[in-house]
Amino acid sequence: MLRLALKMLFGDRAKYAMLVCGLSFCALLMSQQTSVFCGLLLWTTATVRNIRVPIWVADSKVEQVNEVVPMREVEVQRVRSVVGVEWAVPLFWNILQARLPDGTFQGVQLTGLDSASLVGRPAKMREGRIEDLRLPNAVIVDQVALEKFRKRGISLKVGAVFEINDKEARVVGICETERSFLGQPYVFTTYSRALEYAPLQRKLLSFILVQPKPGVPVPELLRRISALSGLRAFSSDQVAWDTLVWYIRNTGIPISFGTVVLLGIVVGIAIAGQTFYLFVHENMRYLAALKAMGASFGVLAQMVVLQAFTVGFIGYGLGVGLAALFGNAVLQKGQPPFYMPWQILAFTGVVIVFICLLSALVGLIKIARTEAAMVFK
Amino acid sequence: MSAPPVPDFAVKTAGLGKTYSNGDSVVHALKSVDFEARCGELLMIVGPSGCGKTTLLSVICGTLHYNAGAVTVFGQDLSKLSQGKLTAFRGKNVGFVFQQFNLIPTWTALENVTVPMLLNGSSRSEAEKAAAALLKEVGIGEKLQALPTQLSGGQQQRVAIARALVHEPRLLICDEPTAALDAASGRRVLELLKERACRPDRCVIVVTHDSRIFSFADRIAEMEDGHIKAVHGPDACQSLYV
Ligand SMILES: Nc1ncnc2c1ncn2[C@@H]1O[C@H](COP(=O)(O)OP(=O)(O)OP(=O)(O)O)[C@@H](O)[C@H]1O
Ligand SMILES: [Mg+2]
Repeated sequence: MLRLALKMLFGDRAKYAMLVCGLSFCALLMSQQTSVFCGLLLWTTATVRNIRVPIWVADSKVEQVNEVVPMREVEVQRVRSVVGVEWAVPLFWNILQARLPDGTFQGVQLTGLDSASLVGRPAKMREGRIEDLRLPNAVIVDQVALEKFRKRGISLKVGAVFEINDKEARVVGICETERSFLGQPYVFTTYSRALEYAPLQRKLLSFILVQPKPGVPVPELLRRISALSGLRAFSSDQVAWDTLVWYIRNTGIPISFGTVVLLGIVVGIAIAGQTFYLFVHENMRYLAALKAMGASFGVLAQMVVLQAFTVGFIGYGLGVGLAALFGNAVLQKGQPPFYMPWQILAFTGVVIVFICLLSALVGLIKIARTEAAMVFK
Repeated sequence: MSAPPVPDFAVKTAGLGKTYSNGDSVVHALKSVDFEARCGELLMIVGPSGCGKTTLLSVICGTLHYNAGAVTVFGQDLSKLSQGKLTAFRGKNVGFVFQQFNLIPTWTALENVTVPMLLNGSSRSEAEKAAAALLKEVGIGEKLQALPTQLSGGQQQRVAIARALVHEPRLLICDEPTAALDAASGRRVLELLKERACRPDRCVIVVTHDSRIFSFADRIAEMEDGHIKAVHGPDACQSLYV
């Protein structure tokens, strides 16, 4: 009977197509939008992963990594003096305007690394050597800069020159970074040169990057640094997490994505539920005939549930598959952001199962209410 | 089951009453019907529209609950069966032929005929073997894989008859089996019922308006306004309304 139940479903091409379309649309919308949402959130913490150090120290008012409250430079010395610190180096990070050869401006994330150690250096160089940062006026730009400049018709190569705050910046290398939420390219230079580029201010130090001595537990060291310096010390996980939470709390991103996802669920329920109801409704006289011929409610329920879950399964596969294809395409392009952990697939699956159960239930209630005697009508 | 192998009568009702209530209005569709159908006979139920023929049939075959009286089918009091048992009883003992055929449109003729056997727990191969053999007998042997829509009305009704007989039920219930067919197809269907369905241990009940087929009946029960007005014997059947 179950084989025949499937034939009943597949035989009704129009409704079958509509059910699968509705459910795959729902699955697509949900998994794609949540993936973009997760990707976007991931972008907010790109700097943490680009810099790659275990401990970040910032002004006590700083809540997340894309926020700078400048500190005095002596703080580096104070942190260095904390017991258990292997090394502590300054980091300059801020958005500055770069002036391109054609006279237009482009915001960049100027990242000044400690000249001696170059801690926080990019993980991957495409061209040039990181050590060349120590040359006069040297900067290293990332792949995002290449794209941005190319859009303006400027091909950025090693040796190219542009200006930041009227001071020359000479490209000595091209690196790869993880794209950030802010969208501006990273421009790496040394800490001291970054201060020259930056507009003059009393305090310029953005972060202090710290490595604990071997065997020193990170939480313990965080406590000690905070206590001694009055600054705020984060582990890299914690600063990333605080940043995510900050964006969820302080921006409209969760609401706008949440709305779309909710819309997907509602549309899915509406289309799938209604079509399935119609499907059962139109097959009612046949289901009643089966009931008359001795099909128990259990048998009919199995048939209907199988039908609902078959379209659910196919719709889920198509929807999630399309979302993954979309993700694949945009990841190659670099944007929009896309991050699809298994939790998203599971979440989408749960929602689809819920929709199927609901649809099947609607059909079953109708079946239970129908008298087999209706076949004589 | 305590039912004897071949009871005197297949179906017996006593004081059977059925009322439909739609909100405030109450319709007395059956008013104390005393009725019996014997094994081995083809019994027709005739009467004007709305007199309760379909209602009586629905009650007899256990698809409709009744309000008063008793119904016994092959010695089984239907009121003693739970809903589940009643469904199983129907599946095993009753075959149906409907006015609208009610063949499932997305299933082939063969698949439609296998359904009663599948519902009774037969395997697919077993059911298909029996169904194919029976379809051959009713003259649809060439079109086992045809969908109902690819068959004529008469052919569809023959498929429906095969479906009603495939699990060898003891009671065959036919509601207006010829109403949707032309005269020739109608006759062919009745001939088929007479040849294939009528057996000493089986009872065939046909509800009809169609006076052209009265001559096939062994007995005719005439209904009027919710009760049996008269039952005509074999002799009368040939002459009645002809
Ligand atoms: N589900 C129902 N609800 C309310 N009244 C009903 C219902 N089914 C039948 N009736 C009424 O019961 C009476 C008998 O109906 P039934 O269908 O048994 O007649 P019938 O003899 O089969 O008629 P026909 O020859 O037109 O098929 C009619 O008055 C009908 O209106
Ligand atoms: Mg009727």
